[in-house]
Amino acid sequence: MHSETQDIAVFTAKDLVTDQEVRWCPGCGDYSILKQVQTVVPELGLRKEEIVFVSGIGCSSRFPYYMETYGMHSIHGRATAIASGLKATRPELSVWVITGDGDSLSIGGNHFIHMLRRNFNLNVLLFNNEIYGLTKGQYSPTSERGKITKSTPMGSVDHPFNPLALILGADGTFVARSMDRDPLHLRAILKRAHLHTGTSLVEIYQNCNVFNDGAFEVFTEKGTKADNALFAEHGKPLVFGANSDKAIVLDGFTPRVVSLADCSENDVWIHDETDRTKAGILTRFFDDPRKAEAFPRPFGVFYVEHRDTYEDVMNRQLEEAVRLKGSGDLDALLRGNSTWEVAG
Amino acid sequence: MENTTLLATEATILFAGDSGDGIQLTGDQFTNTAALHGNDLSTFPNFPAEIRAPQGTLAGVSGFQIKFGSTEIYTPGDQCDMLVVMNAAALKANLRQLKKGGIIIANTDGFDAKNLRLAKYPEGVNPIEDSSLEEYRLLTLDVTRMTKSTLEGSGLGTKEVDRTKNMFVLGYIYWIYNRSLDATVKFIEQKFAKRPEIVEANIKTLKAGYNYGETSETFMQRVEIRAAQIKPGKYRNINGNPATAFGLIAAAQKAGLPLFLGSYPITPASDILHELSRHKNFGVKTFQAEDEIAAICSAIGASFGGSLAVTTSSGPGIALKTEAIGLAVMLELPLVIINVQRGGPSTGLPTKTEQADLLQALYGRNGEAPLPVIAAQTPGDCFYAVYEACKIAVEHSTPVFFLSDGYLANGAEPWLYPTSDALKPIVPNFAKELAEGEKFLPYKRNEKLARKWAVPGIKGLEHRIGGLEKEHETGNISYDPENHEFMVKLRAEKVDRIADYIPLQTVDQGPQSGPLVVVGWGSTYGAIKTAVRAALNDGIQVAHIHIRNIHPFPKNLGALLAAYDHILVPEMNNGQLVRVLRDKFLVPAEGMNKIKGVPFASGELLEKIKSIVAHA
Repeated sequence: MHSETQDIAVFTAKDLVTDQEVRWCPGCGDYSILKQVQTVVPELGLRKEEIVFVSGIGCSSRFPYYMETYGMHSIHGRATAIASGLKATRPELSVWVITGDGDSLSIGGNHFIHMLRRNFNLNVLLFNNEIYGLTKGQYSPTSERGKITKSTPMGSVDHPFNPLALILGADGTFVARSMDRDPLHLRAILKRAHLHTGTSLVEIYQNCNVFNDGAFEVFTEKGTKADNALFAEHGKPLVFGANSDKAIVLDGFTPRVVSLADCSENDVWIHDETDRTKAGILTRFFDDPRKAEAFPRPFGVFYVEHRDTYEDVMNRQLEEAVRLKGSGDLDALLRGNSTWEVAG
Repeated sequence: MENTTLLATEATILFAGDSGDGIQLTGDQFTNTAALHGNDLSTFPNFPAEIRAPQGTLAGVSGFQIKFGSTEIYTPGDQCDMLVVMNAAALKANLRQLKKGGIIIANTDGFDAKNLRLAKYPEGVNPIEDSSLEEYRLLTLDVTRMTKSTLEGSGLGTKEVDRTKNMFVLGYIYWIYNRSLDATVKFIEQKFAKRPEIVEANIKTLKAGYNYGETSETFMQRVEIRAAQIKPGKYRNINGNPATAFGLIAAAQKAGLPLFLGSYPITPASDILHELSRHKNFGVKTFQAEDEIAAICSAIGASFGGSLAVTTSSGPGIALKTEAIGLAVMLELPLVIINVQRGGPSTGLPTKTEQADLLQALYGRNGEAPLPVIAAQTPGDCFYAVYEACKIAVEHSTPVFFLSDGYLANGAEPWLYPTSDALKPIVPNFAKELAEGEKFLPYKRNEKLARKWAVPGIKGLEHRIGGLEKEHETGNISYDPENHEFMVKLRAEKVDRIADYIPLQTVDQGPQSGPLVVVGWGSTYGAIKTAVRAALNDGIQVAHIHIRNIHPFPKNLGALLAAYDHILVPEMNNGQLVRVLRDKFLVPAEGMNKIKGVPFASGELLEKIKSIVAHA
C-alpha cells in the first residue's frame, strides 16, 4: 500500500487544464462546474492517467476537451452506453460521464435508465439547464410546460421530466443534486459521488445565461436561495429559511412545511440517505417556485444504496468460468467434441 | 424379400414438418452423423419467422435440406431425392422441391382431415391416398401410432410421447442410409441428462425407427454413400454463426486482447451472442445491451479501453448503428461490425437469406466514411473471414464490416479446422509510454496510415478524441477547410492502402481469360462453384471469381476482370456488387438477381451460363 501511495504523482488543478481554448459563452454556468471538477479531481487520490471523461453532444459535452485526462466527446445521447462498455472492460478506471438534459433525458433516455439499473461504477454529471443551448434555444425535456422558445412560440406542450424521480425510479444507487453557483456544495457532492461504488448521478443546476437565463435563480441567488433551497444532509433535520426557521415534517407520507416556532424539533424530518421511501418523497419536492405554497427545492445527496456493480458481477462470472472449466484452450475449442480424420 | 443396397455418390434429403415437430433438430442430427461418417455435405435450414406458427398450416412449415456425398459438395442441392414430411402442409409446401421419381416418406397421422384442411387441400382430397403422387415413390408410416406403441408403459404423457416422433423418423432414415446411431444417442444423453426417462424414451424411439426399417420391408433398397475423398486432415462439422464466434475468440487470443461483444438479440445473428456467452473462460465479455445503438456504443467504449470489440446484428440493427459506425470511423479505433444479412427492407424476411446490405455496408453512413468490408463465402469460411476482419481492424486502426447471411449462419459443412499455431499473427498497434520531453500526437500515423491505439492507463498519453473533425496529427478539433478535405482523403487512403496487405484475387476455377467469368461474393460461392464446375465438364469456357475483400478490392481484380468478354454477377439482391464493379472498373458487368429469400440453385446458374455462351 505504502509504495503504491508514493507512486501516485501529485497533480494539481492546473495540470488538468488542456491547451484548448474554452469555448462556452461568457457567463455560462459550465465554467464553474469545470473549475470545481478540476479542483476536486486532484484530491481524490487517483492517477491522472486512470481518469476518463466521456461526453455526448451539447454544450456541456465539450467538457472532456478541457480536462487533461483521457477523454471522448462522442455522439448525442450515447456517452452512457460508451462509458458502460469502457467500465465493463476496464473496471479499474475512474470514468466520468458528462451529459446534459437533452443528451441524457431526451435522445439518450434509454441508455440513461439502463445504465442506472445495471449500476456501473460511474460518476455521471448531468448538467441541467432546462434548454437546448448548442442548437440555440429550443425547449428541453426538463423545460417547464408552456415555455416559449424558438420551437414553441405558443409555449411548449410537453410535461417535463423530474430527473431525480426518474433516476430513483430506474433504481439509481446514488442520487444527488447540486448547482453551479454553490462551489463548496458542488465540490462536496462531487467527492461523495466519486466515493460511491455504483452509478453516482449528480444533477447540477446550470445556468444558460444566453437562452434560459435565471432558470434557477430563486435557488441560487442570495436574496431567495435560503427560502427556496433546502440543503439536505444525512442525519440532520430538514431545515431551511433565511433564519433557519422553517422545517419539513412528515405527516404519515405527506410532507408539510412548518415554522420551527410552531413545532417541536423532535418532529422535524431527519434526512436519512438510506431511506428509499423518503428519498422518493424528497424528489417530489418539485413545485414551480413561483407558486405560493411551493416546497423548497432540495439539494444534496437524496439516496445512497450499496448494490453490486455490473462490472463486478461480470468479472466474477469470468473467474467462475475459469475455475469450472479452466482457462480457455483455443485448440480444444476449434476441435470441438466430434471430429473425424480423412486420410491422405 | 432381401434388402439390396445401392451405392450412390450423393443424396439430398429434405426434412419438413411443423415448426414444432423438431425438424431442425432432426436435420442437425442427420448432419452430424453424415459428417462423422466422412461425407462431404452442405445444409440449408429454412424455417418460419414465428416460433410456433399455427400448427398444421403452410405458414408453419419448417424445413431442413441436406446434400451429402462421397464427392465434394458445395450446395445443399437444388432438388431433393427424398422428401420426409410430417404433415400435409409440409408436403404441399415442398413437393416442387422433389425430383421426379423421388421418394416421399409421409407420416400418415399428419394427413388426417384436420391437417388436410389446414394445408388447404380441397374437401375429400388426400394426396397420400389418391393417385396424385404417382410420379414419385410414396412410403407412408404411421409414426404417431408406432411411437405410441413403442413407448407404451413408459409412464410418459401424450405430449411427451408425441415429441419423440421425430426420433422414429430419424431412426428410419438412418437405417436407409446405413448410419450409426451412436452420435445421436450420445447427443440425447447429453441434452436430457437431467431427465433419464426422456433419454430412454428418445433412444427407444430412435431404435424403433431403425428396427422398423430392418423388419418392415417397406423400403426395399438401402443406400450406401461412402466417405468423401476430400482434402486429408482432421474435420468437424460447423455452422456459420459458431464459426464466426470461434474466429473472434481466435483473433482475440492471437492478438493477446480481451474480447468484448456488445449485442442486441436479432435473427439470424443471435447465435453468435449465444456462442460467445458460453466461452467466458477465454476472458470473453458479452454485453446484451438495451438496444442496437448501445450495443455498438458499448463496443466503442471497450475498444477505447483496449479490448478487441465487436458488435453483431442484422440489417435493421445495422441501420440503427449507423451513426456510431461513423463515430468509429472518426475515432479510428478497431471495431468489428458483423451483419448476418437477412431479407429486407425494414423487418423484411427475418428468417430468410439475402445479400441486400452490401451497399449499406459500403456507403450507408453520413459524410465520407469508408471502411473495409469482408464477406464470408461458406459456413467454415466465416471463421477465416472474421479473423481477417479482426486483424485488419486491430492493425489498421479502423472499424471493419464483416458480412455473413442467414444461409451461412445456419448452414453447415465439414470443416478442416485449423490449429491455433497455423493462424496468422495479429499485432495490435499500441502506443507506448513516451520518452522524456516527447509530445504525444494521437493522430500521427504509421506506414499503414494507422494511428496508435492509446489506451487509458498509460502515463503521458492522456488525450481526447471525438466525432468532430480532427486536425492532422494533433487530433485537436479543426474546422479548417483545407484540413477537412485533407483528412477525408487521408481516411480514405488509409482504407485503400489495406489492399497492400490482403491476398491478391484468384480465379477459383476455369481459365484466366475467355468469353465468360461468373463473379460472386458471399454465400453464393457453393452454387456458383457447382454450376461452373458442371459447365466446365460440359466443355464450356467459363471461370469463377469469388470476392472476399469487397473494400478495398484486391489490387489485381480490375486486371483479372478485363481478361473476360462477359462478366456475370449473380447476387441475392437487386444488383449491388454489379454496380460497384461497373463503377470501379468501367466493365460491362451483367447482373443476375434472385430475391426470393432462398439461395440460388446451381441449376439455374448453369442455365444462365449456357444461355450467355450460346448467344456470345
